[in-house]
Amino acid sequence: MDRRQFLKSTSVLAAAGLVSKPWIAAHAQATPIKIGVLAPLTGVVAAGGREMVEGTQFFFEQVGGQVAGRKVELIIEDDASVPDTALQKARKLVEQSNVHFLMGNLLANTGLAVANYVKDNGTPYFIPIIAADDLTQRARIKNVVRVAGYSASAFTHALGDWAYKQGYRKIATISQDYSFGHEQCGGLCQVFTEKGGEIVQQFWHPLNTADFSPYLGQIANMKIDAVFAMENGADATRFIQQFASFGLKGQIPVISAMNTTDQSIIRTLGGECEGIVSAAHFAEGSDNPVTQKFVKDYAAKYEKIPSLFGFSMYSGSMWLAQAIDKLGGKVEDRDALLATVGGMELTNSPLGKAVKLDAYGNPIYDVAIRKVTKRPDGKFWNVPIETYANVSQFWTYDPETYMKQPTYSRAFQGIKKG
Amino acid sequence: MNAFQLLNGATFAALLFVVASGFSLIFGLLRIVNLAHGALYLAGGYVGFTVAVHSGSYVLGGAAAILAVAALGFALDQGLLRFVRGHELREVLLTLGVAFVLNDMALVIWGGDSFTVPIPDALKGGVRIFGVFYPKYRLFVLVTGILIFIALMLLLHRTRLGALIRAGVDDPEMVEASGINIRRVFLGTFLLGSALAGFGGLMGGAFLSLYPSADAEILVFSLAVVIIGGRGSLVGVAIGSLLVGFLNTLGQVMFPELAYFVIFGPMVCLLAFRPLGLLGRAT
Amino acid sequence: MTTLEPIAAPATGPRTFAGARARTIAIVALVLASLAALPFGLSKYQVGLATEMLIYGVLAMSIDILAGFAGRTSLAHGAIFGISAYVVVYAVSHLGLPPAVAVVLGVMAATAAAALFSLVAVRTSGVYFLLITIALGMIVWGICLRWTDVTGGENGLRGDMRVGLLRDHQTFYWMVLVVAALASFAMWRFVRSPFGLTLRGIRDSESRMRSLGYNVHLHLFIGFTVSGFFAGIAGALYAFFNSFVSPSTVALAQSVQGLLMAITGGIGTLFGSFVGSFAILTLQNVVSSYTERWQTALGVTFILIMIFAPEGLVGKLRALLSRGARGSAN
Repeated sequence: MDRRQFLKSTSVLAAAGLVSKPWIAAHAQATPIKIGVLAPLTGVVAAGGREMVEGTQFFFEQVGGQVAGRKVELIIEDDASVPDTALQKARKLVEQSNVHFLMGNLLANTGLAVANYVKDNGTPYFIPIIAADDLTQRARIKNVVRVAGYSASAFTHALGDWAYKQGYRKIATISQDYSFGHEQCGGLCQVFTEKGGEIVQQFWHPLNTADFSPYLGQIANMKIDAVFAMENGADATRFIQQFASFGLKGQIPVISAMNTTDQSIIRTLGGECEGIVSAAHFAEGSDNPVTQKFVKDYAAKYEKIPSLFGFSMYSGSMWLAQAIDKLGGKVEDRDALLATVGGMELTNSPLGKAVKLDAYGNPIYDVAIRKVTKRPDGKFWNVPIETYANVSQFWTYDPETYMKQPTYSRAFQGIKKG
Repeated sequence: MNAFQLLNGATFAALLFVVASGFSLIFGLLRIVNLAHGALYLAGGYVGFTVAVHSGSYVLGGAAAILAVAALGFALDQGLLRFVRGHELREVLLTLGVAFVLNDMALVIWGGDSFTVPIPDALKGGVRIFGVFYPKYRLFVLVTGILIFIALMLLLHRTRLGALIRAGVDDPEMVEASGINIRRVFLGTFLLGSALAGFGGLMGGAFLSLYPSADAEILVFSLAVVIIGGRGSLVGVAIGSLLVGFLNTLGQVMFPELAYFVIFGPMVCLLAFRPLGLLGRAT
Repeated sequence: MTTLEPIAAPATGPRTFAGARARTIAIVALVLASLAALPFGLSKYQVGLATEMLIYGVLAMSIDILAGFAGRTSLAHGAIFGISAYVVVYAVSHLGLPPAVAVVLGVMAATAAAALFSLVAVRTSGVYFLLITIALGMIVWGICLRWTDVTGGENGLRGDMRVGLLRDHQTFYWMVLVVAALASFAMWRFVRSPFGLTLRGIRDSESRMRSLGYNVHLHLFIGFTVSGFFAGIAGALYAFFNSFVSPSTVALAQSVQGLLMAITGGIGTLFGSFVGSFAILTLQNVVSSYTERWQTALGVTFILIMIFAPEGLVGKLRALLSRGARGSAN
């Protein structure tokens, strides 16, 4: 068609659009709620990504695929564990699939890339797994909310406190060398050293280190009370195994990040993981009845004990569903959605206790200090041995003061001098 | 640099040698840079793992790994590579495509979790050696690497097949012209090279674990070994493995910042000044 | 050092403008016009895709200059592309420089990197060249991953890149179209120039060119550097398109994808790169809507192309057409 015809038809369509808008809005209730789920289904953290999707699907299946009378449509995209792909898929979900909001991602760098994108177009983005501290601290984006998630240093603050209470005074840390590792280590180091403990040495290694023997050799020769390990994915499996194979298990106690003792790691391990202590909001071995029911149902459906990834997306979906219910299903109103999510309390989550967000968009939890224990059937899981109630991402510090100190990095680990 | 780190470097070098020797045989004789070699390592590891777990026998797992990967190698050579014979770059890129497919299929079949090949009871635990407590299994890997080196040297220098392979590395046309069915030698070598990768996967899978990106990692190391050691030289592979193994271990201890440069730096320098590697032969 | 000038093309034949015949100009004008009209019929997302296709087309073409015309297949161009993107994003977001200045810096950085790479690689050829470019690319990736203070490490660099006019996706698309058209034209002229002819001679027989007195290494060095210049242009465009750069931008996968696009279109066809870019990105979008097995699809595509159409789509088309022409001539 020629240019004149084209312009004419476009203007007719535009006029029709103006008139029909309220009519369309009234019928929005009948259209499905489209949720864009981003998860790494291929690449380095593919195992976790798969469980993220399972956790999400598990929840929506339990509520019959509907929330507030509207059908829920999950549009799942693979971010390949890579930020560029995450960005590309986020664009696709928002601009082509027209989702109402985004949810998911696993690795911090993928989350940051997507967060940067939604900052410009205002699409709500919910991150149950991404733990980059700053997204709910110094670099807050108003439409990015950490429903049912956690910030990296939140739990290790508590772990550092517990470690000191145990009588540990000298600790070495070994961690993957990226921001998630820096933040977890930093959290532990800050609290531990402020109470009077000493960090003897910190080992940083690149992601996907096949051979930990060089580090283990050094650790074996140190006079330390415990070693803190922050390992994620395959590195965690290897670290735990190699630690045991070099005869260090039983010689030096291991405390770790929750990812290191997550089900996704320990379910393929044997006795090497027994006894490792970590801190988390979720402990699949907890005797809380709601948690137990969740674990049992999940295991029945997916033939494995749920990991952090499944649990977090499940709880995140639950949180969103409760918020959408409160809104009567009107997800198109982004501001209302964000306000409702931010202001409400999550009830009936698998944690067995109500959870709410702090003023910065980060949940406040009871942190369980948990130990890897053997079940009667021979499998291993995390059982709580102590609980810290209502732990904020800022620990016991005043938020404004805390945020004045830099983000944890290799250079800044919060270690108190002297 | 104490005994502990020396052993670490040596055992890693031994594993690298097993895998890279397969790669070098194929590169040396067939002049194919088999970028699917890492995927064969991973496939061997996974298959070996599954068989070992279900049968309870590491040895059976090893046999399964070798057979399965040799079969894959056979399919790759006879089913795909034969269409692009003689075109070096096409061969390379075709194997790259195969690597993508194998890696993705492994993800579908085994999922993304990390698996560890179970160590036989006899090799569990450790011994006191040179004043350090060292895992028996790693020593086993070291010994196996040395044995395979000896076996391959014997094969290459004491058997007719070995002589044919060495001759083919230098001048395949001459060998063909003397009436030898060079195609069969090629196929045999391809199978041997693949089998070594698969066996390496089983061995490595027990102390380094198996996971979706293990194939790319071991491929990169194999490339470095063969580039540094040189095409067509088994001793070159041994030297290259030792260099890369020790550089990697030492690098992790002394220069953790420079994880990649410690290997790639020397590799690039070497390629710039001695493109054929330390002991390589010109094509 | 004396160099013999290759014999210039005879001055007879149809009249040309900047080396192109009237018919070719008409075709080009038509293609450009239809590309320019695209945004009117497509959604925002699809325009974004089209923009991406143009950007990657330029990258693939830069790879083709070397692969198709100098006979050197490189897997470092993704890294060169990425270096430019990093410099541009850093310049705008951290140094606050205006976009135009950032682009100049980015392209300069890419060209410098290419020059550096070629110093190392120029003595090798074939598979060894490929391997050394892989190694160089990995070094760049390692730097981008570890030099956290500057490159942001694995988090990458984010920036508010698109200012003013560029914010609108349509305007941005047209800008990219103009740049891509100019870059392709420049590359086309480059390979048809006497220098380009020398490169082709080197591709066909290095020893012969050497015996004729050409400084092969110098020519390859210049060729690689020029190719890197254009890869840098693509990288700068990408920086604005994405407003984000991370180590995966310089990873080997990027080089592989660029090479695959060049091959799919046809090595040595230059403009086939855009066909290849279109084909691969379309395939990726379509396949990933139905399944997560995009990597398998990509691998299978690679395999099929190597076996059945190593000369690429445009290459195959040309072969078919010329056979048809020969047939009708008889």
